[in-house]
Amino acid sequence: TLAERTNLAGVRHILLVLSGKGGVGKSTLSTELALALRNAGKRVGILDVDLCGPSIPRMLRVQDSAVHQCDSGWVPVFVGQDKAIALMSIGFLLERPDDAVVWRGPKKNALIKQFVTDVAWGDLDFLIVDTPPGTSDEHISTVEALRPHQLLGAVLVTTPQ
Amino acid sequence: SSSSGDEALRDKRTRILSRGLPKQKPIEGVKQVVVVASGKGGVGKSTTADIFTITSFVLTQTKEVGLLDADIYGPSIPKMMNLKGNPELTPKNLMRPLKNYGIACMSMGFLIEETAPVVWRGLMVMSAVEKLLRQVDWGQLDYLVIDMPPGTGDVQLSVSQNIPIAGAVIVSTPQDVALLDAHKGAEMFRKVHVPVLGLVQNMSVFQCPKCKHETHIFGADGVRDLAKTLGLDILGDVPLHVNIRETCDSGQPVVISQPQSDA
Repeated sequence: TLAERTNLAGVRHILLVLSGKGGVGKSTLSTELALALRNAGKRVGILDVDLCGPSIPRMLRVQDSAVHQCDSGWVPVFVGQDKAIALMSIGFLLERPDDAVVWRGPKKNALIKQFVTDVAWGDLDFLIVDTPPGTSDEHISTVEALRPHQLLGAVLVTTPQ
Repeated sequence: SSSSGDEALRDKRTRILSRGLPKQKPIEGVKQVVVVASGKGGVGKSTTADIFTITSFVLTQTKEVGLLDADIYGPSIPKMMNLKGNPELTPKNLMRPLKNYGIACMSMGFLIEETAPVVWRGLMVMSAVEKLLRQVDWGQLDYLVIDMPPGTGDVQLSVSQNIPIAGAVIVSTPQDVALLDAHKGAEMFRKVHVPVLGLVQNMSVFQCPKCKHETHIFGADGVRDLAKTLGLDILGDVPLHVNIRETCDSGQPVVISQPQSDA
């Protein structure tokens, strides 16, 4: 669709951060990587597809932000010292930050598709996608939704355990 | 009166909504089910479930206990219990749980290669969980402890909707982002009417093996504060100790291999 071609068309590289195991530091690494790239002068966005445990808004202290609509879709929340990193997370769509998202696969898939196609990312050098633990619906849906676009690759995070 | 009319309407609504849901049926032979969950990954659910199960068996010596690893994507129990191999089938075509340290165990890890990923959507996961619950010859168990995967999704819903659960134990580290997810976990159990027995604060403090200096790597007392907010008990406070991790990795949980240690 036209929207699909427009919303991710300005994104040069898409990077997935995965692990399999939980609690190894995916969200921490995604955030630090985004900040480091920003410091190096790149235009960066973060897509947080961990629907059950979205940590990134809290890490960047924007958990109380709201998301607005524009002509091409949702406007991401801009974070970081110069408010130049674009962030989208389900954390912004919850009424309260501690609300639990207890959804089955199909509902998760629908939201992830929307996050990929309906967010007005604009022109970015890097879009970093933070995933939840496991190898499930969120991962399958994200890769499927991103398939028409060039995926740079995936970074795997683990501890030595 | 209007209040009884409201109540009747609420009852009717609940009945209609629950018509599509599976009926809760207890597992044959299992007296009580306790789930160990967290919301957040990597906080020590499997380790806690493992140690709790073995401890209760060792201490009571009279109760039969089982351990079900419901983490389909990242099953840790086989490694921690030093168990390997495909389960045998009974004449009734049920899987026989593998036993070690007196505990009957079942896990996805016994059904696939150690390094094989399970890249499944929710529907297939539900079917796998159903098999691990019902197509296993558990025998007569006083307790079945279920180690849940991280998150608040398909597996948690399937388990809570399929079988009656006596209670849930929520494990967390004191770290802010972990507490956030633990709170969601507690909220989820409230939604599906499973009583939360309490919280376990894991990785609470690290003591340097050389100089004994204590560092609260993940923060201090975060779980105690959350427990107070939610009106729950703290069931345990476990330090971050190399022995716990080492012994679990090698399949000899610390309560068996080093029962006298501080950990």
